[in-house]
Amino acid sequence: MLAPGFADPVHDAQGTFRAVMDALARPGLVRPLAPFLAPPAPLTPELAAVALALTDADTPVWLDPALAEAADVAAYLRFHTGAPLTDDPARAAFALVRESRRCPPLGRFALGTPAYPDTSTTLVLALDTITDGQGLSLSGPGVRGTVRVAPGPLPDGFAAQCAENRADFPLGVDLILTAPGRVAGLPRSTTVTEA
Amino acid sequence: MSATGMSPFLGGSASRELPGRAPDDAQVPSPERDRGIVASVLDAAGNARGSGYNFAYLDEGTKRMIRRAILKAIAVPGYQVPFASREMPMPYGWGTGGVQVTAAILGQSDVLKVIDQGADDTTNAVSIRRFFAKTSGVATTTRTTEATVIQTRHRIPETPLTEGQILVYQVPIPEPLRFLEPRETETRQLHALAEYGAMHVKLYEDISRHGHIATTYAYPVEVAGRYVMDPSPTPKFDNPKMDDCPALQLFGAGRERRIYAVPPYTRVRSLDFEDHPFRVQEFTQPCALCGARGHYLDEVVTDDSGGRMFICSDTDICETRVAEAAR
Repeated sequence: MLAPGFADPVHDAQGTFRAVMDALARPGLVRPLAPFLAPPAPLTPELAAVALALTDADTPVWLDPALAEAADVAAYLRFHTGAPLTDDPARAAFALVRESRRCPPLGRFALGTPAYPDTSTTLVLALDTITDGQGLSLSGPGVRGTVRVAPGPLPDGFAAQCAENRADFPLGVDLILTAPGRVAGLPRSTTVTEA
Repeated sequence: MSATGMSPFLGGSASRELPGRAPDDAQVPSPERDRGIVASVLDAAGNARGSGYNFAYLDEGTKRMIRRAILKAIAVPGYQVPFASREMPMPYGWGTGGVQVTAAILGQSDVLKVIDQGADDTTNAVSIRRFFAKTSGVATTTRTTEATVIQTRHRIPETPLTEGQILVYQVPIPEPLRFLEPRETETRQLHALAEYGAMHVKLYEDISRHGHIATTYAYPVEVAGRYVMDPSPTPKFDNPKMDDCPALQLFGAGRERRIYAVPPYTRVRSLDFEDHPFRVQEFTQPCALCGARGHYLDEVVTDDSGGRMFICSDTDICETRVAEAAR
């Protein structure tokens, strides 16, 4: 049987959105995100919450191989969001990444155009942790001075990929980092260095 | 029932019959009654009790679309994100953009403040505050310090904003280059190329004509070193408050269908020249009511023989100071 979506669609979606908005507005700030969702494995409750809150028929969604192989996940997302699934990361409005270590290079996703930089992909990563992984130092809009986060696991050369992503500003992807019960944001405006 | 009789702005008899409803601030527009938080009225499902509207008026699909635009606006500070602006039950020019942004972010635990030129008690502010009290049931306030979401038409409160707050601006014309270049296709290219020479020429023409930069409101700013942005028609007096502000600033333009944002702690620089640095208005006298200096003042004509006084545009801080002085 299909797993249920938000128990309270209006306010659960609003709460998820506000957590994500706060996270993207203040990179490095780790916000609580405690969705009472039990989506089919390997989809995490946090990935499911972001998908249910923000995607619909207007937003092509790309699933990483771990999620795409699970037929239950596609059925769950299709039923609850109505979002079309795409296998081309460059066409995706949102990308759900379950195996963060194997996340494709950021440059393979939609980066937007100079006139419309908002037409880029938003990546949503499922991590094990945001505070006990690989140390990253963040600065830029939304950050007072610098702030340190430690997400993990991350793909090799993640800081360098973020630097490339930042160098193309205003083009680039935006990342929503989730871990069990947590969410943080890494918008393209943020300068990321290893710390 | 007439079409306007359906408007959630108009407090029909229905709202008076609600049990336990807080005093309706617009029916008795007294500052005393309006002071402080008006309790929220939510039913078990969290909808405004008996209103018949979805929470905060907009349908969920519209909120999702606006929320996605807000996230992109935050990621690219100062860039105008197009969005599918809806018709609202109020005319363009009355804050349809700001209302849609507020509706998309508002949650049950928020405390909403709405100001119009700094004042909580003018028509635009009262009607929008009542709109959200009715359609969402959230608590409302006039006190800047108690608010989590502040919707504003053309002022930034004098009380410094904090990290827990979001300032939502109502924007009439979001494109700072619009009066220099009427074609959207062209201004979009100019932003893509970061080609802002025309704006500097406009400010220079001010200097050559008047001896100083005569732009006093909607004074263009550069956000995070990249996009030139219209801060909405706030007096340039307020521009310095946008720089490195702890609060998130969101801008909604309903008729022009654009949303843009300034994240917290972001550099917002008013455009100027080395030999003509940016300066704000100065007032020679203090507020006639509370005696404050360094606040933005409104001129009030008091009689037919040239009598006038200058008082704080920000009614909340002015009333707070008057009350403190009386104690």
